[in-house]
Amino acid sequence: MSPQPRALKTLNILSVILVLGAFLQVILFTPYEEIMGPVQKIFYFHVAVAWVGMLGFIASAVVAVIYLVTKDLKWDVICLAAVEISLVFFFEAIVLGSIWARRAWGTWWTWDPRLTTAAILEMIYLAYLLLRQGLEDPERRARFGAVYTLLGGLSVPLTFISIRIFRTIHPILIGGGGTDTMNMSNSMLLTMFISIGVFTLVFITLFWHRIRLGFLREEVEHTKLSVTE
Amino acid sequence: MAESLDTQQKPSSNYFKAVASITWKDMAAELRSREMISAMLVFSLLVILIFYFALELDVKARNSITAGALWVTFAFAGTLGLNRSMAIEKDFGCLDGLLLAPVDRSAIYFGKMISNLFFMAIVEAIVLPFYSVMYNINLFNSGLLLITFLGSVGYIAVGTLLAAMSVQTRTRDILLPILLFPLTIPVLIAAVKASSGFLLGSAWSEIEPWFNILIVYDIIFIAVSFMVFDFVVEE
Repeated sequence: MSPQPRALKTLNILSVILVLGAFLQVILFTPYEEIMGPVQKIFYFHVAVAWVGMLGFIASAVVAVIYLVTKDLKWDVICLAAVEISLVFFFEAIVLGSIWARRAWGTWWTWDPRLTTAAILEMIYLAYLLLRQGLEDPERRARFGAVYTLLGGLSVPLTFISIRIFRTIHPILIGGGGTDTMNMSNSMLLTMFISIGVFTLVFITLFWHRIRLGFLREEVEHTKLSVTE
Repeated sequence: MAESLDTQQKPSSNYFKAVASITWKDMAAELRSREMISAMLVFSLLVILIFYFALELDVKARNSITAGALWVTFAFAGTLGLNRSMAIEKDFGCLDGLLLAPVDRSAIYFGKMISNLFFMAIVEAIVLPFYSVMYNINLFNSGLLLITFLGSVGYIAVGTLLAAMSVQTRTRDILLPILLFPLTIPVLIAAVKASSGFLLGSAWSEIEPWFNILIVYDIIFIAVSFMVFDFVVEE
């Protein structure tokens, strides 16, 4: 395995610095919410982390289609990487959101479309990992994995729509226009977009690392096989 | 000219013939053994009995819970049938035989799907009157029957595809519900809501969005399953 390319090394350092920067920005330069106190500041990270989960979700569905078309196993490695990152980040989003909701809505959990869809998405990803575990042939594992990710990519939006038809209390951040919309000051909006940008960078860095790890794992498997032969 | 037309028409008529013969094969086998339907049926009736004790379905609770109880029953019985119908193919090498046949592979999918749907419909046709009698609630509502059909189509469409996948894994029987339930949440939500809408006599405007979701889900997932089934049975 080749050493990390310079671009990746730069991304590593940049991600660390920018996450720290975003953290300081959130702590020092955002307005203090009177009623909710410091808990409100979770919001900036919650949105960013959920955004990364979303990126991973979209990436995995797109890559699954690419795999089914090209049949090149490298896309399977990338698909798995996207799914794993999305799994972890949606989990973080749910945990952060729960802490926020405890203060804002007085409950850890509500059956809101976004919360429920995120939870179901986690279930789909766990099922995906279990499916992979049950298959030994790498080529078949890749095919089934891609088919399942694709089905998940189609069913999750429908799940969201169907739960949305129930009434929702989750704040609609942008373009909602109704009374649900959060009243955000400019510095709040700015910080939110900064932290989304920073976490997108973190996503790219992690994604790259995870893909490299996947290829490395394949290499190890090949080496093992050639040694035992 | 006439001959070329004839050869052009042949593939499609072959296709439907293949679908029909696979469905027919399943039904004939089931008619002889009656394994699958009897297991699904006894299981569903047990679930309905258990619901009575678990939820204390008194007259008041019945109206609001009936749709949910029915769909949980159908979903569970459905996985039993789906698992079994694919496991038979796999265990006796039947699937390999089918794959060797010179027909488009999606014909196998549609054949299996239609027979699975048929078995599920039989179970539903017995469960609904049974439930009506046991809980003294009238379920013979044409809207409810339509929703039951549409929901079953979506559920079986995805289920047949996933069953074909899960039988090829090491953890086969356990895996199917785990794969299937999170993907069929939209069907279950929409079917439960629409069914209870019809049972409570809600206005059509309240039922319509759920009805639309069911139609959209059915169309999308039948189309996608048709496209990806090749990848699932490929050797």
